[in-house]
Amino acid sequence: MAKGERGTTTRGTTTRGRTAASRRSGSTAGRPDPELIQLLTPEGDRIESVTGPDGVEYRVDFTDAEYREIYRDLVVVRKLDAEATALQRQGELGLWASLLGQEAAQVGSGRALRPQDMAFPTYREHGVLYCRGIDPIMPLGLFRGVDQGGWDPNEYKFNMYTIVIGAQTLHATGYAMGVTMDGKTGGDDSEAVIAYFGDGASSQGDVNEAFVWASVFNAPLVFFCQNNQYAISQPLERQTRIPLYQRASGFGFPGIRVDGNDVLASYAVTRAALDNARHGQGPTLIEAYTYRMGAHTTSDDPTRYRIASEVEAWQAKDPITRVRAFLERQKIADADFFAEVDEAARREAVHLRERVLSMPDPQPLSLFDHVYPGGSPELDEQRAEFGRYLESFEGSAH
Amino acid sequence: MATETLSMGKALNTGLRRALDDDPKVIIMGEDVGKLGGVFRITDGLQKDFGGDRVIDTPLAESGIIGTAVGLAIRGYRPVCEIQFDGFVYPAYDQIVSQVAKMHYRSRGKLALPIVIRIPFGGGIGAVEHHSESPEAYFAHTSGLKVVSCSSPQDAYTMIRQSIASDDPIVFLEPKRRYWEKGPVDTEADYPLHASRVVRPGTDATVLAYGPMVRTALDAATAAAEDGRELEVIDLRTLSPLDLAPVFDSVRRTGRCVVVHEAPSNVGLGAELAARITEKCFYSLEAPVLRVTGFDTPYPASRVEEDYLPDLDRVLDAVDRTFGW
Ligand SMILES: Cc1ncc(C[n+]2csc(CCOP(=O)(O)OP(=O)(O)O)c2C)c(N)n1
Repeated sequence: MAKGERGTTTRGTTTRGRTAASRRSGSTAGRPDPELIQLLTPEGDRIESVTGPDGVEYRVDFTDAEYREIYRDLVVVRKLDAEATALQRQGELGLWASLLGQEAAQVGSGRALRPQDMAFPTYREHGVLYCRGIDPIMPLGLFRGVDQGGWDPNEYKFNMYTIVIGAQTLHATGYAMGVTMDGKTGGDDSEAVIAYFGDGASSQGDVNEAFVWASVFNAPLVFFCQNNQYAISQPLERQTRIPLYQRASGFGFPGIRVDGNDVLASYAVTRAALDNARHGQGPTLIEAYTYRMGAHTTSDDPTRYRIASEVEAWQAKDPITRVRAFLERQKIADADFFAEVDEAARREAVHLRERVLSMPDPQPLSLFDHVYPGGSPELDEQRAEFGRYLESFEGSAH
Repeated sequence: MATETLSMGKALNTGLRRALDDDPKVIIMGEDVGKLGGVFRITDGLQKDFGGDRVIDTPLAESGIIGTAVGLAIRGYRPVCEIQFDGFVYPAYDQIVSQVAKMHYRSRGKLALPIVIRIPFGGGIGAVEHHSESPEAYFAHTSGLKVVSCSSPQDAYTMIRQSIASDDPIVFLEPKRRYWEKGPVDTEADYPLHASRVVRPGTDATVLAYGPMVRTALDAATAAAEDGRELEVIDLRTLSPLDLAPVFDSVRRTGRCVVVHEAPSNVGLGAELAARITEKCFYSLEAPVLRVTGFDTPYPASRVEEDYLPDLDRVLDAVDRTFGW
C-alpha cells in the first residue's frame, strides 16, 4: 500500500467518536488497521498493486471494458436496492435488507467467483446474487412473502438466503468438504466455495465451528465477512476486541482485511483467496471493512444508535463515486457512458417494480407442497381436508 | 433368504456397512466413529474398510456435524450423522430444525437433504446425566423431519438402510439399552419404512410403544396373558409421520388403549396419540386413552432410573385401570 494512503483510508473509520485511549487496555477492536488492502482510494486514485501482510501481491489487470462493466454492476445493484427499499415503503414488500454502502464488497467478491464456484449467502447479498446471474426479482419474492426465494441453488451456484445468523457458514464448509472428496481441487478449473456473513455473525457458534472444520479439513473455502460495523444496533465492539480478520490465525488459516468500499481490492483479494482454495491451500478469512449506509432493515431506526457525522465520514468513502472519479480521470468512460448506465439502471428498476406488483400470491394449497421429498400420507390427508374446507365456501376459486 | 442372529448393535453395523457398499455417496460422520467405532461400536470396523473419507471422525462440534452434513447433502452426498448421546443433540438443534427440516420446503423442492441423524436414546443403562434422554417430541413436532425408532435387530438393519436410501431427512432413534439384545435378521427383508406394526395380536386392549418400550410392552402382554388378558401390542416404528391406520383399527376392536414411552408425558407423543385416537375412535372407546411414561422431571440419577422408567408393572397397572373404568 502506498504510504500516505493508510491514514486517509482508515482514519476515523472505526473509533466512532471515541478515542482509542479511552478504551480499556488491550482492546483493539475496530482500531484503525494499517493492513487494509486497497487498490482504489476514496479519491479515485489507483494503486497499482499492494503487497499484503501475507506477502501476497494484490493487483487487478482489468481492461477498460471491464472497468466499465464493474462500474455498471455497482450502479445497477445500488439502483435495484433503492427500488426495493421504495417498494417496501409503499407496502409492496414486507421487509427489505438494503445493501447500500456494501456494493463494492459484494460486486468485487461476486465478480471474483468463477462459474464453477459455489456461494452461500446471508439475506443481504443481493449484489452477489446479481453477479451470479440470478434475476433480481428473486429475493423480492422472499421479502414480499410470496415464496421463500425462488432460484435453483445448484443451477446458479448460489445457495438460498439464510436468515439464521451464521448457519450457512457450516453448509459452505460441508459443501467445500464435498468438493475435496469429489477430487475437484488442485487445478485451475477446480472449484472453490465462498461463505458470506456479517460482523455480528462472527460471534455465533456456527461460524466458529465452521472455522474449526474448514481448517481441520483444509476445505476449499473463503469466509467473506462484510464488517459493516453494526449488527442491527450493536457496534462492532460488542462482538470482538480484536480485528475480525485476526481471528483466522487462531484457527490456523490466513485472515486478511480489505477495503470493502473498494471494488478492485475486494475483487483482487477474493480472487486470490478463491484461487488458493481451489489449488488445495485451504480456507481464508476475508474481512471486508465497510459500512452499512442505511438501516439494518426497513424495520430499523438507526438514528437511535448512531450519529450523523459517522455516516458522513463514510459517505466520503462511497464505493461508487471513487470508481467514477477514476474512470473519468483516466478517460476510460465519458459522460455519455455514465448517462447510459444510469438510464439502464433506471430501466431495470422500473422493470423490477412492474414485475413485483404483478407477483401473484401463491395458491393456499401450495403451502402443503414440498414438505417431504418422499411425501407424507398424514400431510396428504391434511391437505385434502383443508381443500374440502376451502371448497365449502361458496364461489370458491380453489 | 439369509437369516442370521444378530444383536441390534451388530444389525445396525451390518446395515450401515451394506449402505456404504451399495452407494459411494453414503458417508458416515460423527465423533469417534472411526478407529473407535463409536462409543457403542455401532460403526465398528467401517473406517478400516471404507477409509477416512467415507467414515469421518469429526471435530467435537454437534452443530458442525449437522451443518456440514447439509452442505455435503447439497453437494450430492448422503451423510449419516452420529450424535454420540441424546443429551448432546441440543447444540445441533438449530441446524436440525431450522435448516435440515426446512430446506426442501424453502427451496420449493429444488434441494433435498438426504441426511440421517442417528441418536442412541433413552435410559436404562445406568449412565450419568445427559446420557439417557428421550428427545423425540422435539423433532416429531418439526415438519420436514421424519422421526423413526427401531425396536428389534430386524428393524434396526432394515430401517437404517431404508432411512439412508430415503431422500427425506430422518432422525433415527436407536434404543441404546436394547443394543445388546439379539434376534433374527433377514438381510433381504423388505417392507415399508413408514408403517407401524402389530407385534403381538390381541383382543382385549391395545398397547402402543416404540423403541425401547416395545420389549417392555411385550413382556407386559406375556404377563397379562397369564391373567387371561390378551393385549395387542403395536410398535409405532415411525413417530413422524405417524402411521395410525393400524392403531385405529386395533383400538376399534379392543376399545382400550395404553400408550407407553420413556419421555415425560407433558406434551409428549402420548398426548398426540391420545388426542388422535379420541378424535377417530371416540365411540369405540370403553375408557380414556391412558399414558405410561417417564415423569415430568429431568431424567433422574441412575440409582432411581428404574423408578422413573415405565416398566412391566406400571404398564399392567394402567391396563388394569382401563378395565376398571
Ligand atoms: C441466530 C439469529 N439471532 C438473531 C437474529 C436476528 N438478527 C437478524 S440480522 C441480525 C444482525 C446481524 O448482524 P451481522 O451479522 O453483522 O450482519 P448484517 O445484518 O449487519 O449484515 C440479527 C441479530 C437472527 N436472524 N439469527
